[in-house]
Amino acid sequence: MKTVSSLLDDHWHERYRRISKLNIRSSIYDVTNRCNLRCKGCFFFSSDEHKAAPEEMDIKKWEAFVEKEKARGVNLAILIGGEPTLCFDRVEAFYERLSTFCATNGLIKVPRDRFPDMMIGISLWGDEADEQVLRGKDTFSISSKNYYGDPYTYYLYTITPKQIGKTGRVIRKIRDAGLKVHMQLLSNDEAVDGFSWRPHELSAIRAEMDAMLDAYPDTVISSKYYHEIITTGKMLDRPFGWMACPSVTITMDHRDPQPKRLTNFIRWASDLKTMHRCCTSETRDCATCKDGAAHMSWVMVNKRAHMRSTKDLQNWIEIYEMFAKLYQFIPW
Amino acid sequence: MAVETELDKIILHVAKIMIDELKLEDVTAETFDPDIDLVDEVGIDSMDLATVALVLRDEYKVRIDEDDYPKLTTIRLISEYLQRKLAVV
Repeated sequence: MKTVSSLLDDHWHERYRRISKLNIRSSIYDVTNRCNLRCKGCFFFSSDEHKAAPEEMDIKKWEAFVEKEKARGVNLAILIGGEPTLCFDRVEAFYERLSTFCATNGLIKVPRDRFPDMMIGISLWGDEADEQVLRGKDTFSISSKNYYGDPYTYYLYTITPKQIGKTGRVIRKIRDAGLKVHMQLLSNDEAVDGFSWRPHELSAIRAEMDAMLDAYPDTVISSKYYHEIITTGKMLDRPFGWMACPSVTITMDHRDPQPKRLTNFIRWASDLKTMHRCCTSETRDCATCKDGAAHMSWVMVNKRAHMRSTKDLQNWIEIYEMFAKLYQFIPW
Repeated sequence: MAVETELDKIILHVAKIMIDELKLEDVTAETFDPDIDLVDEVGIDSMDLATVALVLRDEYKVRIDEDDYPKLTTIRLISEYLQRKLAVV
């Protein structure tokens, strides 16, 4: 039988030990249905999820809800939206009780006196030109000032097909703002012309993402195996899709056979009662979904499948470490 | 010749269930080290353990509480847990 110690040398075994018992149990929460942007391709608005349920307005109910989530075993709250920074009292309800990650477009500054070490991921969709087309605004010029040098903030750089050959400049801008960056790919949920991936573009961007990781290892939080998975949609020759996705809400998961999945994962709407099907939206085509966290989680829940060789297990460790860094379970 | 105790029998049975359910290769119930760390060494996760726990529940009529999973890191510990629970049934 292949065991971890038969596959790893001391260095890799130590890295494995650092993450093997983290037992991350995340769920995702829509903090609000509102946003101060309306981006073309945002799954939340394009799928009408902002109309799925009315927002719970009573902060006491948010606090009680978070307590129940904690009792359910959740140890990582991933706050999305709408735009969470429109409702700091709700964000605080999570932050005071759970390890919390807050996704934001960065236009509003999270007050660090109130949330000193909350991990923040700022969405960035391509470069200035892409952002103008997709978001109607160059958000980087604002968000990079709001969060300059913040040790608990990174950019979630959503790469579009138009970014091929241009990612280096964006990553240098992020580095110069004293921040880290994690790369993911646009899923183009609203089929904006010119923003859907073609196979040769995915190959090209994979090579470019690898080159960025090599060139800026202190800035880019990533792994080459992640680049392979996200651009090919395959892991160990298995295709990603509905029957493989780990990030399906547990109460709505009636798949048979049941794939490896996140333990007790739920994505909650902002009424704190309604559940969404998965970490993105029901209207998205799972076969072409490029969601970075779902692909990372797909690898993470399939540890034993990666115990067929030393390289496979090292790949698994690198992706787990990446996730653990992005959600503050281990330091950068 | 060593006498096979009740615990030894449970250990062998748990090992067999684990091999069958998790499709572990190159190991038999007899060669499966009961003290090997299932998480750190074999790579078993909580979902694997939940799968095994369901079969054990059917076979032994003993429910393994999910909160106890973190403590059940070896086949011996699982077997001792079952033995304790069986004693009070």
